[in-house]
Amino acid sequence: MPSEISSAPAPPAAGGDRLLEVIGLSSQYGPVRAIHQIDLGVSAGELVAIVGGNGAGKTTLLHTLSGLQPASAGRISFDGQDITRWPPHRIVAAGICQVLEGRQVFAPLTVEDNLRLGGYRQRRDSAWLGQQQERVYTLFPILAERRRQLAGTLSGGQQQMLAIGRALLGRPRLLLLDEPSMGLAPLLVEEIFRVIVELNGRGVTILLVEQNARAALAIAGRGYILETGRIAKTAPAAELLADDDVRRAYLGY
Amino acid sequence: MPEQLFQFLVTGITIGSLYALVGLGFALIYNASDVVNFAQGEFVMLGAMTAIALLNAGLPLLVAAVIATLLTVGVGLLLERFAIEPAAGASVVTTIIITIGAAIFLRGVALLLWGKDFHSLKPFSGDAPIQIGGATVLPQSLWVLGVTVVLVALVRAFFNRTLLGKALLACAFNRTAAQAVGINVKVMLRLAYGLSAGLGALAGILIAPITFSSYEAGVMLGLKGFSAAIVGGIGNPMGAVAGGVLLGVLEALGAGLVSSGYKDAIAFLFVLMVLFFEPTGLFGHKASERV
Ligand SMILES: Nc1ncnc2c1ncn2[C@@H]1O[C@H](COP(=O)(O)OP(=O)(O)O)[C@@H](O)[C@H]1O
Ligand SMILES: [Mg+2]
Repeated sequence: MPSEISSAPAPPAAGGDRLLEVIGLSSQYGPVRAIHQIDLGVSAGELVAIVGGNGAGKTTLLHTLSGLQPASAGRISFDGQDITRWPPHRIVAAGICQVLEGRQVFAPLTVEDNLRLGGYRQRRDSAWLGQQQERVYTLFPILAERRRQLAGTLSGGQQQMLAIGRALLGRPRLLLLDEPSMGLAPLLVEEIFRVIVELNGRGVTILLVEQNARAALAIAGRGYILETGRIAKTAPAAELLADDDVRRAYLGY
Repeated sequence: MPEQLFQFLVTGITIGSLYALVGLGFALIYNASDVVNFAQGEFVMLGAMTAIALLNAGLPLLVAAVIATLLTVGVGLLLERFAIEPAAGASVVTTIIITIGAAIFLRGVALLLWGKDFHSLKPFSGDAPIQIGGATVLPQSLWVLGVTVVLVALVRAFFNRTLLGKALLACAFNRTAAQAVGINVKVMLRLAYGLSAGLGALAGILIAPITFSSYEAGVMLGLKGFSAAIVGGIGNPMGAVAGGVLLGVLEALGAGLVSSGYKDAIAFLFVLMVLFFEPTGLFGHKASERV
C-alpha cells in the first residue's frame, strides 16, 4: 500500500526538484540571533535529519519553516512557491505539518478530538479524513483503543504517537518532526523511529530534527549538522555517521 | 418565611442569569486571548439601548431585538479588528487597558446618541405577575431564565459538538499547537469577540424590561459579570454561568434579608472571599476543566 498514509499527491516541484528550498534563512528573538544564513533543501520522498545539541537552533528553524516564528532574512520556497511570510494556517494548508517538540497534544481533549483538530484544514474533505483517521489508528493501535480518553492521560510515548497522528491528519506533503525521541525510553524511541521509517517508505517526505544524532542519522538519507544557528556540515547520513568530528561531538565515541 | 426565601431565590436566579451571560462573554474572550475584556458590560448596554431605540422607531420587538444583537456583534467585531488586533503582540495588560478605553468610548457614543436619561423596554409578554409556589414571578423573569438556559445549552453544544468550538478551545489550551494544526487564531479571536458581544446584547435586551437602562448601565453589569467569571474560575465558560447564578442569588438574599443598600457590597465581598480562599475560582482553571 504505497503512499497511502499521506495520499497527498506530491507533484514535481516547479523550478528544480526540491520540494522545500531554503536559502539564507535567519531568525532571531529580539537581539538574540537563533539561526543564521541557513541553506537547506529537501526533495520529495526524502528523509532528511538535522542534528545538533541543545540550543543549536533546531526548533527555531522548524518554527520558521512552519510560520510560527518570523524569518528575519532569507527565503523559504515550498513546491516552487515563496512561503516565507505566509501565516502558519496557510502553510499547514499547503502541506507542511509540524510535530512540535514535547508533543503538545491538547491535553483536556480526547484522542479523537486531537486527531480531528489535526485535520482542521482538511475539514471539508470528510471522506479523506475518515480514511486517514483509520490509517492512523492502524499505525498506532493503542490510539484506537484510547480514542475516547483525554490526551493528557496518555503516557509520553502515546502522546508522541498522537502528536504524529495529529500531524498526519493535516495531509502532510512535508512532515516536520521536532525531537520525537525526547524523554522516551529506548524501546519507545525504537518504536517511534520504526514508524518514521515506515511513513517515509509510504512516500511521506520527512524533515527530522534530533539531538539523538545516532538514531536520526541511522534512518535518514541525508543529514545536516546545526551548530549555534549555522549549518556546520551536510552530507549523506552514512558519511556523517563515519565522520570523526561528528562522532566526537555528537555520537560520543 | 420560606415563601419569602423562594421569592428571593427567584429574583436572584433571574438577575444571576444575566450575570451568567455576561460572565460567559468574559470567559470566551479570556479563553481565546488571556485578555479580560472590560468592554463586555458595554455590549450589554448597547444591546439594550439599541433595541429600545429601534422599538421606539416603530419596529416590532423581535425585529428590534435581532437587529440590536447583530449591531452589537458588529461593534464587537469592529472592536476586535481595530483596537485589539493592531495591538497583537502587546502585553495582556496593555490589551486590557485598550478594552477599558474602548468601554469609555462606547459609553461616550451612547451618551451622545441617547443622552443621560433612563430608558426602559416594554416586557415581552405583559407585566401581569404569575404566582408560582407562593412567589410572584414576572413573565419577563421567565423569559430571562428560558432564553439563558437555551443560550447556555447552545454554547455548551458549540464547544462539545462542533469542530469550530473545539478549535476555539484548542487556542485556549495551547496556542502554538493550535497554530501548528492550521487553526487561524485571528479568526478564533474574532469569533470570541463576536460571540461575547452577541451574548452580552441578548442579556441586555432580556433584562431591559426589568431594570432601567442608560448609557452607564454597562459599568456595574460588566463588573458583576466579571465577578461571575472570576468566581467560576475565569476561562471556564460553564463555571462563569454557575458563578453568575450564585452571585445573583447571594445578592438577592443579601438585599432581602439584610438591606438592598448592601447588595453590591455583598456581591463583591463574596468575590473577594472566593479569591482569598480559592484563587483559581470555585470551578477550577480553564486548562484542567472540560466545558
Ligand atoms: N522564545 C525565545 N526567546 C528568546 N530566545 C530563545 C527563545 N527560544 C529559543 N531561544 C534561543 O534561541 C537559541 C536556539 O533555541 P532552539 O531553537 O530552541 O534550539 P534547539 O531546538 O536546537 O534546542 C537558543 O540560544 C535559545 O536560548
Ligand atoms: Mg528544540
